[in-house]
Amino acid sequence: MTIAIVDYGMGNLFSIYNALDYVGGSPKIINEPDELAGVGGIVVPGVGAFGQCMDRLCRFEGALNSARDCGIPIFGICIGLQVLFEGSEESPAARGLGWIRGNVVKLPTSVMVPQMGWNSLSIKRPVEMLQGIEEGDMFYFVHSYYAQPEDKSLIAATTEHGVDVTAAVARDNLFATQFHPEKSGAKGLRILENFVRALRC
Amino acid sequence: MLARRIIPCLDCDLGVPGGRVVKGIEFKQIRYAGIPWELACQYYEDGADEIVFLDITASHERRETMTGVIKKTSQSVFVPLAVGGGINSVEQAREVFNAGADKITVNTSALKRPELISEISDRYGNQAVVLAIDAKRRYVLEEGRHIVQTEQGPCWFECSFYGGRQFTGIDAIAWASKAVSLGAGEILLTSMDRDGTYDGFDIPLTSAVAKKVRVPVIASGGCASPQHMLEVFKKTDASAALAASIFHFGEWNVRNVKTYLKERGVNVRI
Repeated sequence: MTIAIVDYGMGNLFSIYNALDYVGGSPKIINEPDELAGVGGIVVPGVGAFGQCMDRLCRFEGALNSARDCGIPIFGICIGLQVLFEGSEESPAARGLGWIRGNVVKLPTSVMVPQMGWNSLSIKRPVEMLQGIEEGDMFYFVHSYYAQPEDKSLIAATTEHGVDVTAAVARDNLFATQFHPEKSGAKGLRILENFVRALRC
Repeated sequence: MLARRIIPCLDCDLGVPGGRVVKGIEFKQIRYAGIPWELACQYYEDGADEIVFLDITASHERRETMTGVIKKTSQSVFVPLAVGGGINSVEQAREVFNAGADKITVNTSALKRPELISEISDRYGNQAVVLAIDAKRRYVLEEGRHIVQTEQGPCWFECSFYGGRQFTGIDAIAWASKAVSLGAGEILLTSMDRDGTYDGFDIPLTSAVAKKVRVPVIASGGCASPQHMLEVFKKTDASAALAASIFHFGEWNVRNVKTYLKERGVNVRI
């Protein structure tokens, strides 16, 4: 089953491509919304600013909505998690996909911003995508903003950086991480492997 | 809480196909250590938190060799990769990012044209720009310098460029500050006095820069043992420790260095 990596022009997709390939997935970088038809899973990567991401992602919005409604597994990474929310303090004028109610806010000034480096997960509830991941396992984060879902029960894991930072959210066929699984060594690969496995079910 | 990072550094001579990793002493006397992507894979398997590749030949024609090394490495190494050496334009940075690098490090080119830092960070984000500083102690004090107390007496730190072959007259601590304001997301701070000496990190230098800037500081130069890493993490706010020889020449591997640190209370990723 093909995994579409949505290329909306926001940077390096090689890492996620290589990582999915490494764990036995069949990734394909796609540049056009109609290429999302018939894929087994979708990865929404992202670097850069929220508004800029949404500007470029908006032409995929319809296709992404349909895929979500069809139950196709969707994996958001970093800004790819943040765009699932309604909006962000980073770009107040921009509107997110709004799939999850809540907003994205700036990390507190009491800590180093951006958070850049390895931080440990606190697992809030067991989800399939975090199979094989244990409390305290470390993942690689690079971000200045973090998501605050209205429904806290959607949070699958948090990490501590001045505040409890949403590290992973999960709902139905939707899963997203603030950290970069493709840069998080064997544990990150395990999550991507869980994703590849979910497509085959 | 963020873990302290352990970063092996590969000084790459790209004059041969596929490149080779070398290590100098006090920026001289070169010793051969292995093939870049092979060493990178080994260090990744051993638990490296990040890997830095520095092109010590730093010439235009060799950049293709470096992008080849990064492409190959990024197929099997899944931690951040930083690449530096001779990158002096956004276009050149782009080639390296497109090969799979997550960060680029700039040194000489940024000293010559500081706007380069903003140009790259505007396009790729601050987290993608690492400013490398090669700093040397100067005990002849001058007006307007950041003075740091050391066991050898007060000194200031001068930036060097061209791989340690020339000096700039620029104060390293002031330059670190300025670079951060221009958009550098991290400082890779090498002590020229300690590099290759196996005497341990320059603690006063690392401490002074880490206090001055609000971005992560990577301590570099002089590490020969896990004790040196323990010292730099206990005595300074360095976010990471970079080392080369200790890993290349088999004395220690990343895994047992981290175990050593963890047993002594340092927050590292095991």
